[in-house]
Amino acid sequence: MNFEVWQVAWFTAWVAAAGTLLILPPGVALAWLLARKDWRGKTLVEALVTLPLVVPPVATGLVLLKLLGRRGLLGGWFERVFGIEIVFTWRAVVIAAAVMSFPLLVRTARLALEGVNPRYEQVARTLGAGPWRTFCTITLPLAARGLAAGAVLAFARALGEFGATIMVAGFIPGRTATLSLSIYHLVLLGRDDAAWVLLALSVMLAFGAVWLGEVLLRKKPS
Amino acid sequence: MNLELTGLRLPLASFALEVDARISARLTGLFGASGAGKTVLLEVIAGLRRPTAGRVVLDAAVLSDADTGRFLAPEGRQVGYVPQDQALFPHLNVRQNLCYSHAAAPPGPRTGISYQHVLEVLDIAGLADRPVGSLSGGERQRVAFGRAVLASPQLLLLDEPLAGLDAELKERVIPYLLTMRDEFGIPMLYVSHNPNEIVALCDEVLLLDRGRCVRRGAPAELFTTSPAPHYALKPA
Repeated sequence: MNFEVWQVAWFTAWVAAAGTLLILPPGVALAWLLARKDWRGKTLVEALVTLPLVVPPVATGLVLLKLLGRRGLLGGWFERVFGIEIVFTWRAVVIAAAVMSFPLLVRTARLALEGVNPRYEQVARTLGAGPWRTFCTITLPLAARGLAAGAVLAFARALGEFGATIMVAGFIPGRTATLSLSIYHLVLLGRDDAAWVLLALSVMLAFGAVWLGEVLLRKKPS
Repeated sequence: MNLELTGLRLPLASFALEVDARISARLTGLFGASGAGKTVLLEVIAGLRRPTAGRVVLDAAVLSDADTGRFLAPEGRQVGYVPQDQALFPHLNVRQNLCYSHAAAPPGPRTGISYQHVLEVLDIAGLADRPVGSLSGGERQRVAFGRAVLASPQLLLLDEPLAGLDAELKERVIPYLLTMRDEFGIPMLYVSHNPNEIVALCDEVLLLDRGRCVRRGAPAELFTTSPAPHYALKPA
């Protein structure tokens, strides 16, 4: 395998990891709010969070393109304030991966947090721990396995992201080319042999991530 | 210790908790049938549930007052709580459970009750490095008592601490409760639906029925004069 193949594989793993890390804090926070609190608009937020799972990825990509483009609400602001361009750069690939993985992370994290007996948190509070210390020392360790599994599944989903990415980042070799985009491009060019190599790499990466997620989910929580 | 519950009200599924009481005994029993609202009352005092009306005052401190909107969080109340299932943190060993209230400080002397003293009184020194999953029912209960006591509470709430234990284990744990009362001097509110336990342990008892405090008095006297059959002392 040549250098470019490894570069594409590395770039894909890197953007998937960056996208997962990006959504981890807000994803866990939102999962906690959904698992532990009752608030106005909760059902609406639940539905909105699930949308990227059910809406065609290309449609999500179109919304992202409109939001993050130079004339978009967020893209325009970023360019004016920080001088940063988002669409058709690696940043857009990370954001597309993050948005498409977000529902999976939130759903898994919510289940993990709901699995923690609230009695432990209540007792921790009566022992003098504030809400933050209780979360860090009781909730988080007890839900850690499920949260890690959620992160791994989100990473696996990000690895295979295609529809939203092609809309918001395009296929620019060396800049935005992920494994999925490259496979599609190579097949269009009739280079099936090269596409098969990338496919094998994709399967290996995704299998490793999904397997790890399954192992983490199946292990009995402490 | 003086605990005042004034005009306390909290609607529940089938009735409302409505309590007016002043509690000042060293070890007060809270007696009632299952579903009478005993655990809910403890949760209100501990700050785990917010009453819709009334005040909770512990000595000079107003813990909650629905009229002024004051509601002190559980961590600010200095009220210890041992739930029926003990809720020992399963990812921590016995020592870490006991020291949880010490924040990051290592075990050692501190104001009030010392770690060593608690280990000795509750006879749990040999358990310190054990995972909580390996403890027997009686050991779990004593570790839960110790953990609550080490937070130096002004009041300790015990929710049916002997409920899950067999008769022999109950006999073994009761002396620890009496020693705790005498050694640490922490006033306790003891929930049970077993009259014998209340008589063996408590100086005073409040009878709770469908969320209301219907009678109070000295345990032996109250249980022998009560007309309700489930208030009767059971043969030993």
